[in-house]
Amino acid sequence: MKHYEVEILDAKTREKLCFLDKVEPHATIAEIKNLFTKTHPQWYPARQSLRLDPKGKSLKDEDVLQKLPVGTTATLYFRDLGAQISWVTVFLTEYAGPLFIYLLFYFRVPFIYGHKYDFTSSRHTVVHLACICHSFHYVKRLLETLFVHRFSHGTMPLRNIFKNCTYYWGFAAWMAYYINHPLYTPPTYGAQQVKLALAIFVICQLGNFSIHMALRDLRPAGEWPAPGKGGMVVGRLGKGGSHLPLLSCLPGSKTRKIPYPTKNPFTWLFLLVSCPNYTYEVGSWIGFAIMTQCLPVALFSLVGFTQMTIWAKGKHRSYLKEFRDYPPLRMPIIPFLL
Amino acid sequence: GPPPTPLPLSSTSAGCTGTMASSEEDGGGASEPGEEKEATGKRRRLGLLATVWLTFYNIAMTAGWLVLAIAMVRFYMEKGTHKGLYKSIQKTLKFFQTFALLEIVHCLIGIVPTSVIVAGVQVSSRIFMVWLITHSIKPIQNEESVVLFLVAWTVTEITRYSFYTFSLLDHLPYFIKWARYNFFIILYPVGVVGELLTIYAALPYVKKTGMFSIRLPNKYNVSFDYYYFLLITMASYIPLFPQLYFHMLRQRRKVLHGEVIVEKDD
Repeated sequence: MKHYEVEILDAKTREKLCFLDKVEPHATIAEIKNLFTKTHPQWYPARQSLRLDPKGKSLKDEDVLQKLPVGTTATLYFRDLGAQISWVTVFLTEYAGPLFIYLLFYFRVPFIYGHKYDFTSSRHTVVHLACICHSFHYVKRLLETLFVHRFSHGTMPLRNIFKNCTYYWGFAAWMAYYINHPLYTPPTYGAQQVKLALAIFVICQLGNFSIHMALRDLRPAGEWPAPGKGGMVVGRLGKGGSHLPLLSCLPGSKTRKIPYPTKNPFTWLFLLVSCPNYTYEVGSWIGFAIMTQCLPVALFSLVGFTQMTIWAKGKHRSYLKEFRDYPPLRMPIIPFLL
Repeated sequence: GPPPTPLPLSSTSAGCTGTMASSEEDGGGASEPGEEKEATGKRRRLGLLATVWLTFYNIAMTAGWLVLAIAMVRFYMEKGTHKGLYKSIQKTLKFFQTFALLEIVHCLIGIVPTSVIVAGVQVSSRIFMVWLITHSIKPIQNEESVVLFLVAWTVTEITRYSFYTFSLLDHLPYFIKWARYNFFIILYPVGVVGELLTIYAALPYVKKTGMFSIRLPNKYNVSFDYYYFLLITMASYIPLFPQLYFHMLRQRRKVLHGEVIVEKDD
């Protein structure tokens, strides 16, 4: 069998970083990354981007050497993606924060409101209800991260965790401050408004969960590409899954199957929308905003909606590109409109 | 997460709105020969209508800021003091500075190769100073610091808009290009100092009157304190100003001295 030689050059300086000889033709990029790590242990596979052209796209871990347009001496260009952190770690951190922070405000921990309010409790029912809803939402997200979602990438750049946590934690604190404030004003239309809002919230939470389960079932747990030494990939997560988590979206997740409605009525939204999980998510927050009648919540919903729309449009576009027979009725996030 | 929007920072020098990004980040209105994004040196293809409009726009803005400059000089020559100067030029200032909002539209429709966000931030910071500070807080209108940033802005804008005008007409005199990429070195810090001192002078009045602020309780369960907002705005100059300044210095080296700068992150 003819062996390949692989030389790895720095994409910016063209400096020769590594030379591998006797590489098997059916070796994958993942395996080459592992070999490269041996000579440069500070660059674990998750932070390596290897490409055929210094300015080109990254090669995928599962690409096979002999299937690439290279001669028997392959030249690959390396780019350091920077310190990486696993998606699971990011998710758990960014979701645990709001859960904990909201409770600090709910229990009126000292130094937030005036001292005479320390550890007091609100006399409005809606404030207690809001705490339950908010906490439920983030507990649900944590559990989904651990048990439901299947991530098609293991890691993201480290700086994302700071960006994402600032967003989630910051908004959680801002909302919680007003909802749990001693001078909080309950909704104008009273119990009617709260009941309606709660219904919206619950329906959308169930809907969002149903979609997550449906997306998970689209792709069975496959093999995870072997993590390199020092990689921070969580082995038990299966490959695949088309859920694009809020604020940590990586472009170019490969879609493989068109999602369709199942027996669960909540999934029937797939008839009208490509990303009903986002639709339901926006709906939940709108419900929460109506329930609390709190402007910061409405602003948080708006910002989240903007971001999710961008993601939904991207996802919708990649569906259209990949599938000739994609249902034409579907819109990215809002039925018929957006 | 959502893109972090930097708090408004007034662009106060030829460089800031100009060199801040050569052709990439200008909201004004022109492609600049010699500063193309692509290495090939291809000139940006503008339709006839776009070229005509942008030329008109830039000539009008150059003229407007020239009028402002002349009015300011005449006032000082006649009255010998800066007191009352702002009042005498405020209508013209507000008109032309607000008109600059169009530069965001230019970016949106793509006739100017600047990013909408960058143009938005630049124009917003000017709108903020003009409408939310000097227009709204009358007691500070006679501060010296107001004249300081007005002078910086005026020289900056005249240089910038005439630069665009000549670029569009394909006859750019070297001294205009030189001015645009050198004046900022002094004007930018001068303008920043003027703006900061003005905001600082306004603080006591904002605190006393509680203007633009919402207190609890209210039915939307939100509060806003303009005084603290201004403090945060002032603080934001600290990280933002050096970044912008050094970016402009890099642009200057690239444009005037043909240095090839290797950016840290592609």
